Amino acid sequence: METPLTQHISFDRPCYNLRDYEKNGGYQALRKALSLSPESITNTVQASDLKGRGGAGFNTGMKWSFVPMNGHYPVKYLIANADEMEPGTFKDRMLMEGNPHQLIEGMIVSAFAIQANISYIFLRWAYKKAGRLLTHAIEEAYAAGYLGKNILGTGYNLEMYLHTGVGRYICGEETALLNALEGKRATPRAKPPFPQVSGLFGKPTIVNNVETLCNIPHIINNGPDWFKSLGKGNDAGTKIYGVSGRVKRPGLWELPMGVSMRELIEDCAGGMANGYGFRGALPGGASTDFLVEEHLDINLDYKSVAAAGSRLGTGTMIILDDHTCPVGFVHNLEHFFAQESCGWCTPCREGLPWTEKILLSIERGEGRPEDLQLLETHTRLLGPGNTFCALAPGAMEPLQSALKYFREDFEKHIDQKKCPWR
Amino acid sequence: MIAQETLTPEEMAEIDHEIALVPMRRAAAIEALKIVQHHRGWISDDSLQAIAGYLEISPEELDSVATFYNLVFRRPVGRNIILLCDSISCYVMGYEKIYGQIRDRLGISFGQTTPDGRFTLLPNACLGTCDHAPALMINNELFRDLTEENLDEILDRYH
Amino acid sequence: MPLAVTIMVRIYIDQKPYDVKPGKNLLETCLTLGLDLPYFCWHPAMGSVGACRQCAVKLFKDENDKTGRLVMACMEGVRDNMYLSVNDTVAHDFRSQNIEWLMSNHPHDCAVCDEGGSCHLQDMTVMTGHAYRRFRFPKRTYQNQYLGPFLHHEMNRCIQCYRCVRFYKDYAGGKDLDVFAAHNHVYFGREKDGVLENEFSGNLAEVCPTGVFTDKTLREHYTRKWDMTMAPSVCQHCSLGCNIIAGERYGALRQITNRFNGAVNGYFICDRGRYGYEFVNDPGRIRQPVIRSEKESLNLFESLSGILTEGKLIGIGSPRASLEANFALRRLVGEANFYQGIPENEAMLLRKILAIQHSGHVYTPSLKETEYADVTLVLGEDPTNSAPRLALALRQAVRTKPIENIAGANIPLWNDAAVREMIQDEKGELFMAYPVNTKLDEVASGTLHAAPEDIARLGFAIAHYMDNSAPAPEGMDAGTLESARRMADLLLKAERPLIVSGTSLFNEDIIRAAYQIGQALEKGEKKAALCFVMPECNSAGLAMMQAPSLAMAMKAAETGNFATAVILENDLYRRAKRSEVDRFLAAFKNTIVLDHLENDTARMATVLIPTATFAEGEGTLVNNEERAQRFFQVFMPKNEHIRESWRWLDEFRQFRDGTKPDELRELDNLLEELVNAMAQFKGAEMAAPLSDFRINGQRIPREPHRFSGRTAMLANVAVSEPKPPEDTDSPFSFTMEGYRGMPPAPLTPFYWSPGWNSGQSVHKYQSEAGGPLRGGDPGVRLLGGGIHFSNGFQSTIPPAFERQTDEMALVPLPHIFGSDELSVHSSSVEGRAPRPYIALNSLDAERLHTAEGVTLRMRIGDQVFDLPVMLKNELPEGVAGLPYNLPPMSGITWPAKGILINTTS
Repeated sequence: METPLTQHISFDRPCYNLRDYEKNGGYQALRKALSLSPESITNTVQASDLKGRGGAGFNTGMKWSFVPMNGHYPVKYLIANADEMEPGTFKDRMLMEGNPHQLIEGMIVSAFAIQANISYIFLRWAYKKAGRLLTHAIEEAYAAGYLGKNILGTGYNLEMYLHTGVGRYICGEETALLNALEGKRATPRAKPPFPQVSGLFGKPTIVNNVETLCNIPHIINNGPDWFKSLGKGNDAGTKIYGVSGRVKRPGLWELPMGVSMRELIEDCAGGMANGYGFRGALPGGASTDFLVEEHLDINLDYKSVAAAGSRLGTGTMIILDDHTCPVGFVHNLEHFFAQESCGWCTPCREGLPWTEKILLSIERGEGRPEDLQLLETHTRLLGPGNTFCALAPGAMEPLQSALKYFREDFEKHIDQKKCPWR
Repeated sequence: MIAQETLTPEEMAEIDHEIALVPMRRAAAIEALKIVQHHRGWISDDSLQAIAGYLEISPEELDSVATFYNLVFRRPVGRNIILLCDSISCYVMGYEKIYGQIRDRLGISFGQTTPDGRFTLLPNACLGTCDHAPALMINNELFRDLTEENLDEILDRYH
Repeated sequence: MPLAVTIMVRIYIDQKPYDVKPGKNLLETCLTLGLDLPYFCWHPAMGSVGACRQCAVKLFKDENDKTGRLVMACMEGVRDNMYLSVNDTVAHDFRSQNIEWLMSNHPHDCAVCDEGGSCHLQDMTVMTGHAYRRFRFPKRTYQNQYLGPFLHHEMNRCIQCYRCVRFYKDYAGGKDLDVFAAHNHVYFGREKDGVLENEFSGNLAEVCPTGVFTDKTLREHYTRKWDMTMAPSVCQHCSLGCNIIAGERYGALRQITNRFNGAVNGYFICDRGRYGYEFVNDPGRIRQPVIRSEKESLNLFESLSGILTEGKLIGIGSPRASLEANFALRRLVGEANFYQGIPENEAMLLRKILAIQHSGHVYTPSLKETEYADVTLVLGEDPTNSAPRLALALRQAVRTKPIENIAGANIPLWNDAAVREMIQDEKGELFMAYPVNTKLDEVASGTLHAAPEDIARLGFAIAHYMDNSAPAPEGMDAGTLESARRMADLLLKAERPLIVSGTSLFNEDIIRAAYQIGQALEKGEKKAALCFVMPECNSAGLAMMQAPSLAMAMKAAETGNFATAVILENDLYRRAKRSEVDRFLAAFKNTIVLDHLENDTARMATVLIPTATFAEGEGTLVNNEERAQRFFQVFMPKNEHIRESWRWLDEFRQFRDGTKPDELRELDNLLEELVNAMAQFKGAEMAAPLSDFRINGQRIPREPHRFSGRTAMLANVAVSEPKPPEDTDSPFSFTMEGYRGMPPAPLTPFYWSPGWNSGQSVHKYQSEAGGPLRGGDPGVRLLGGGIHFSNGFQSTIPPAFERQTDEMALVPLPHIFGSDELSVHSSSVEGRAPRPYIALNSLDAERLHTAEGVTLRMRIGDQVFDLPVMLKNELPEGVAGLPYNLPPMSGITWPAKGILINTTS
C-alpha cells in the first residue's frame, strides 16, 4: 500500500532536514513544476480529483482555477490553513511535525500554479513544536534558493511567512482566517466575492488545508492517474484517517481514500478498549453527524459518508462508547461551538448558547419535555445559508444525529430527572 | 501630563519587523499583541495604549482585536499558564478527573491564578493530540496521556 | 444627450410578477414595493452585511421548485427571472425564531425604555408575529458606560446588529467606539468611559434599532414619540440647512431628529444641530415686551405707534432670521434703510460668492452631490467645524474613485463589507489647505497648513497650472508648487471635480482663487462644482436681498438723522467693535430689538420685543447652495406676546401707517410679496405648499394619532378642554386630527406607517427605499435667473504672507461646539465647547516668551483678551489662531491683528 504522505515520517527519529528530504526525492516536484506552465499545474491537480482535506471536500484544482491569471493582479497570496482546531482532529499536526518540508514544497508548487508571490502558513498557537520545525525548514528553504527572489533561476519570486494565531476556532474558516491575517477580528466574510477574487487585503488568494497541500508534490511527481489509483473507489488519493476515544489503539493512519469504517476502527485502531462497547462515531471531527453500528461497513469517502447522512470532514473519528453519556458528549460539543462563535450572526450567537444551556439542564436532570422540541428547532433552522458561515450548521450535525440515534437517552434524562451514566 | 507607557526598543524592533511585511501598520496588530505579551506576560491597559499609539490606531480599535482572541491575556496571569483541553476526545478520555485533580492540588478553577502567582489555569479548545487524550499544555510544552499518577510530576516541574 | 434607459428586471414574489430596478438587493427592492420584510443590520446609507439574518426569504431555483432555500434578502442581488417568497412558512418561521433568539437576552424593559414607541426592534418583533419567549435561563448582562452629554448607554438591550460601529467607524470616521469580545459577549462601547469624540455621535440614537444608544438630553425631559407635537423644520445652526424634525410637549422643545432630505443631509445630522435646541427652552427667554422709554404709556400699541411715527427708521436684518422676517423689516423701514447686520467684509464675501454661483461658469452642487466628487480641493475651510455635515459628505467622497476603480470586480455597491475589503485603504484625492490641522486631514491625500494669503496663492497657482492665461503667483516654494501642479493635473482629469471654499477665514482672495480654478476647469459643458461654506443659516438669503452691511448702516446713521433703529434677531456686539456699536446705538432716540434671548444688544433696547424661535413660528431660510427651505411652527409660544418677528414687523408697518390694533389685516402671503418684490427669490414660494393646502379638505396633523392626554393636559388649569389653537399660517393642525396618509415631503412632520413606528418608516415616504422622497426632496434652488450679481473681479494675486514683528496675524478657527450663537445655550453643547485660547507655533511662543498653558494678554481691535496659549506647530510663524465667536470672545472683526501687551503667568 502506497503511503506518499507519511512514507518519510517516523517519530522514532527527528524529522528530515532539507538535505535528507532532498535525498529522498524532495523538491523534485518543485523543479518539475517550475518548468511547466502554471495553468497546466492547475489542470493536473484538477484532473487528479484531489479534494480539500480540511473538511469542505471541494476539488482543489477547480478552486485554484478561479484565480485570475491575466496578469492584472501583481499581488496574490497562497495560504496554508494550519489552524487545526476541529475537536477530534490531529492529522495536520502529525504532517507538520513529521515532514515540514513536504508542506513547504507543496505550498511553493501551489503558489506557482496560481502565480502568488506571497505565502503564509497560518498555524494555531498551540502547535509549538510544528512552529519551531516549520521556522527552521523555511529558513533552510530560503538558503537553498527554494524561496525568495528568482527561485532556482526561473524568475519566480515567493516569500513565505509563518503566522501563529492567538486562539479562536473560527480562524480555521478560510475567510475568517483572512481577517485574522489582516490584524482584525476573525469574523468570516460573505461569499461572493470569493477569496480568489477578493482575499487577503482584497487580493486574489487561495487558502488550502495542510493535508491538501502535502499531496501536491506527489501529484506533480507521479501524475493524476497515479493519484486516482490510490483511492478505493469514489475518491482519489490517500487520506490521513484517525481514531480517538475508547479504542485499543487511538492514532493516525494513511489509508486509501474510501476504506471502510470497520477496517479503520477494528483493524487499525484495534476495536473498542476492553470493557467498552461501541455506540457511535463522528467520522470527521466534531461538526459531523453520528454514524452508528449499521454504518460500520460504509466506505469513508465523501459521497458514501454523505449518503449515510454524515460528512467525511477531516477524516479523524471520535468514538462514542457505552460508558459515556451521549447527552454529556453532545453538551461538551455545543459548549465548544457556543464559546467559539464569533458573535456576528444571530442564530449562531444566540442559538448555540441556548442549546448548550438546554443540554446542561437535561444532563443535570432539570430538562423538560419541550426541550427536545426546542433542540430540534435549532437543528432545523441553523442550517447552511441560514447562518453567516458553516460553524453553526456544523454544530448542529452531532446534535441532530444524537437526537435521531440516542433519543431514548435524552428522554431518560428528562423522565428520570438525572443522568443514568453518573 | 500623565506619563504614558511606551514600548521597549526591543519590542518596537520586533513589531517593526512585522509592520514591514504588511500593507498598513494596523495589520500588524495581532503580531504586536503577541510580541508585547511575550515580553510582559499579559496586555495591561497601559500596554494596550502603548501598542495602539505605536500602530497609530485608537485603543478601541486595538482592544476590539485583542478581546476577540482568547489567548491574548487582558488580565494578569501567573508565571506558568496551564491550558487544559476540555474538548470532546479529552472529555471522553476523562479530562474532568484531571481538572478535579488540578483543582484539589492547586486550589484554583478555570480562569483563576494561584495566590503565589505560580499557575494560571485556563481551558483550551482541542489541542490536536486526541490519540493521547487527556492532554494539557503548560507554557509552550505539551503533556499528554495524563493520568492521576503523572500529573503531579508534571506540575512539579514548574515554579 | 439621450436619457439613460434603465432596463428593469422581472422577478416573482409569491407568484406575483414585478418589474424592478437592477443593481439593488432583494431587501431594498421588497421595501420599495411596499412589502413588509423585517431587517436590522441593513441601512440605506450603509448597505448590507448580512449579519442579523432577519430578512430571510425563500429563493427558488425556478418556477417549478417547490422547496427552495432560505437566503438573506439584503445579500441577494435582483436577477431576471428570480422566484422568491416572502410569505413562505419556513421563511416566516425563521424570521420569527430569529426574533426569539435576539430577545433571549433582551431585558424586555420597553415600559421604561426611551426607545419604546419609536423602536425598530419592537416593530420587527410584532411584524414577524413572534410572541412567546421560551428561553428560561439567566440572561447575560453588561455594565454601561458614560459616553458624554449626548448619548445614554444601555447595553443590555443590544441585539448586536453592528450598525453602531459601522456608522461610527466606517461611515463617520470615528475612532473611539468599537466592538469588543466575541460570541454572545460582544460589547459595543469605548475603551473606557468618556465623551464620544466624533461630531456625528448623536446619529447613533437613530442608527441603533433598540434603546442601547438614546438621546441623553431627551431623558432630561422625556416624552414618547407618539406624545410629541412635531413639525418639519430646518436646522438653524450653520449654512447647510439640514432638514430636521422638532418635537414638543408641554410647551418645551424636547428633541431634534433627522428629517430625510435626499439632496441635503440624507439620514444624518451633526451633533450641533441635534443638541443645540435647548435655547428654545432657556429660562432666560424674553417673554414679555419691555419698554424702556421715557414715554409713560404702558400700552404697547401706543408706545410703538408713537415711536414708529416719530422719524426715520433704520432696519438691521439678520443672517439667522428668516427671509420673511428680514423682508418684513425691509418693508417697514424701506429698501433704502434696510441693512444686513453683518460686517462689511462678510457682506462683500457673500456678494462675491453669490456672483460666482450665478456666473454660469461653475456648478453649485447640492450637499448630496458633493459625495460623488472624485477629486476634491478644500481651500480655507475646516468643514468638520464650519459645516459639519459637509465633512461627513467629504468622507464619503473620498470613497467615490476607489469604488469606481473596482467596477471590474462586479461587486454590488450595497455589499458594503465586500466593497470596503476590496478598496482597502485606498482613497480618492482630497487636498486640505487650512492654517491648522483638521480632522479631515486624516483622509486627505495632501495638506497645506498656511496663512490665508498663502492658501489663496496655492489656489491661484493651481489655476495657473490648469490654464496658462491665469496669472501665476511668484516666489512660491518648490514643495507647494509641486502640490499645486499635482492638484491641477488631478482636477483637470477628474470627472466630477469639487472645490470647497467659504467665508470662514474672511479672506476674499481665497474665494477668488476658488473661482479662478472653477473657471479654469470650465470646458464646454463640463463645469466644476464649487461649494461655499457661509457663516449662518440664512446668510445666503439675507445676502440675496442685496442690502448694504452693518458698517454702511453705521455710516448712514452718522448723517442720516434716523430716529429709531429696528434690530432683528441680531446681537450687534458680535458683529462690530464694542465702541462702534455703542456709538451706533447711542445715535438713536429709540432702539427696537426683536430677539429670543437676552444679549448685549437686547440690554440696550428701549423696546424689547419677544420673538418666536424657529420652533414657534414659520419661516424660509436659504442655505449655502441657495436652496430655499421652509421650517414650520412646532408649538405655540408660552404667551401671546411671543410671536414671529415677521408678524411683529408687519404689524409695526401697519401701526406706522395708522392702523389700529383691532383693524389689523390678517397677513397676506408675505413670501409671495417678497418674491414679487425681489425676482432673485423666484421659486422660494414653492418651497412648501401654501397655508390653505389641504388633502381631502383635511389639515395635516402635527401629532401622531396615538397622542395621549390632549383633553387632560391642562386639567390642572381648567377642567374643560380648551379649543386647540388654530394655525392660519400653515396647512398643519395642532392636534392629531387631520389627514392620516402621507403628506408631501415639505410637510412631513414625522415618520410613521402602520407597523413602522420608528424612524425606519422613512422608507415608506421615499420613491424607492433609500432614494429621494416621493414628489422630490424638499427645497427649491434659487439659482435660476433674477438679478445679475455684479462681479468686479480683478486678476491680482495677493503677496505671500509675511510675519510681522510687532503683531500676530489672527485667523478665526470655528468650532462645531461654541462658535454658533444659539446652540451654545444647550448645556450639553456648551460643555463640549473649548475655553478661549490662542493657538501659536512653538517658535512664536518662544519669541513671545510664553509656553503651552501660559496666559497671554493680547489687544485685538479695541478689546483686550487674556488667553491661554495652545501650541499648534502646523501654524505658520506669525499667525495665531483664535476660536471663532465663542461667547466670551465676541466682537472681533475679521481679518484681525493681535498685539501682545504682556505675558501674565
